[in-house]
Amino acid sequence: MITRRNVLRGASAVLTSGALGASPARSLAATVTLPFENGERPLVKYPQKRPMIGLTSRPPQLETPFSVFDEGVITPNDAFFVRYHLADIPLDIDPETFSVEIKGKVDKPLKLSLADIKKMPATEIVAVNQCSGNSRGFMAPRVAGGQIANGAMGNARWKGVPLKTVLDKAGVQANAKQAVFGGMDGPVSDKTPDFAKALDIDHARDGEVMLAYAMNGRDLPFLNGFPLRLVAPGYYGTYWVKHLNEITVIDGIFDGFWMKSAYRIPDNDCNCVEPGTAPKATIPINRFTVRSFITNMKDSAKVKAGKELELKGIAFDGGKGIKEVAVSVDDGKTWTPAKLGRDLGNYSFREWKLPVKLAAGAHGLKSRATSNGGQTQPLEASWNAAGYLRNVVETVHVTAS
Amino acid sequence: MKRTYSLALAALAALLLGVSTSGLVTAWAKPVSYRLPEETAKFKPAANVEIVQNNCTACHSSDYIETQPRALKSKKDFWQAEVTKMIKVYGAPIDEGDVGKIVDYLAANY
Repeated sequence: MITRRNVLRGASAVLTSGALGASPARSLAATVTLPFENGERPLVKYPQKRPMIGLTSRPPQLETPFSVFDEGVITPNDAFFVRYHLADIPLDIDPETFSVEIKGKVDKPLKLSLADIKKMPATEIVAVNQCSGNSRGFMAPRVAGGQIANGAMGNARWKGVPLKTVLDKAGVQANAKQAVFGGMDGPVSDKTPDFAKALDIDHARDGEVMLAYAMNGRDLPFLNGFPLRLVAPGYYGTYWVKHLNEITVIDGIFDGFWMKSAYRIPDNDCNCVEPGTAPKATIPINRFTVRSFITNMKDSAKVKAGKELELKGIAFDGGKGIKEVAVSVDDGKTWTPAKLGRDLGNYSFREWKLPVKLAAGAHGLKSRATSNGGQTQPLEASWNAAGYLRNVVETVHVTAS
Repeated sequence: MKRTYSLALAALAALLLGVSTSGLVTAWAKPVSYRLPEETAKFKPAANVEIVQNNCTACHSSDYIETQPRALKSKKDFWQAEVTKMIKVYGAPIDEGDVGKIVDYLAANY
């Protein structure tokens, strides 16, 4: 059965006085072209967002323009990427009546209002959220899915309560194995599997996984999960369930579609396969691979030869923190360690800088990060059918004259 | 100095009115409602576009298709796999007789 609940609710939203985007939101005339085949996208304006790269409109999926990552190590709320799976997204939320249920294998099932949660001792963490398919458009050969460049990532200061606090309050039973998370967004058809994700119970209780209600000192933007979302530091965004209203503790391994069939990676050392082949076994996607980017130099840029210029960028990994970023201006022949910026924690973007002088001619600029766990970005891209985990050393081509 | 002062006053006035400077009406009256921009993406007009519209757009906008890669080894295989996924995995209620027409339309136009 197909319901058009969202369409109806969308219409009613206009009538309420608390409408975000009371002035009609509009599609901007401008387009951007992402650097892969069929990469032209509209720049779109959504309430609470600056002009963003529009991937899809129903459900909305917005990519952060890459220049934003050069503005600072924290990604502003109005530039943070948006990713939904299913089109029946909530459009009217009353934070006074909103609640999240904690149920299943717990001694004391709970229903907590937003006010209840905000009364608990709060914690903060700076953490990157990155879509599993960030950079999918660069996969070679190409694969089906959201064709995004490098802008489905962002780094924010999240504030909320540790999931552990809430689970302890409910009293997790001894036989518990996983916690399952559901949000207010759902499918249009009741034949489509509702979006739900699971974390192992020890991970859920590690004290870092958080129920977050604020981002960079403000309420979560509506499309980033208002009024409450899961924050799973170091883990891909698929686990960061938005509009979170349901936590179910179970004594088995969750077998819902979005864990059992979707968001799986090859179960081998490289989490990759030969293009066009299928893996023997798969596991749920989990921690970020280590990545780095040059943020202040665009591909095909022209620079002054022999003049000092400062290369600048960001690096991050799945939670060990960044040990080193090495930079090459000669297409990978020689490498120089960059100076790392302020440490905002192991889950944050880490800024790096390096002054360089370029001789006249063409240059391939590269950055290569190594984590405290010893993981280093590969020089050759690997492949998997879903287009996840990309972390090859990226190259920016510039000409000095 | 004067400029800063008047800006601050304007900000205060905006706050009192519950109107942010960006033109949004912010969380004063509750619930908070979000208004999505109008959907503008459309399927390309061609044979069988109605069948495609009727079967695809109930669940998602056409830009899901528009943005897929086109430099593919076999467009037909690519779109056959996608349509099959929509039916088998996401439960799209597509008549068997329409599958071929949808795949042909997608392979020919995207």
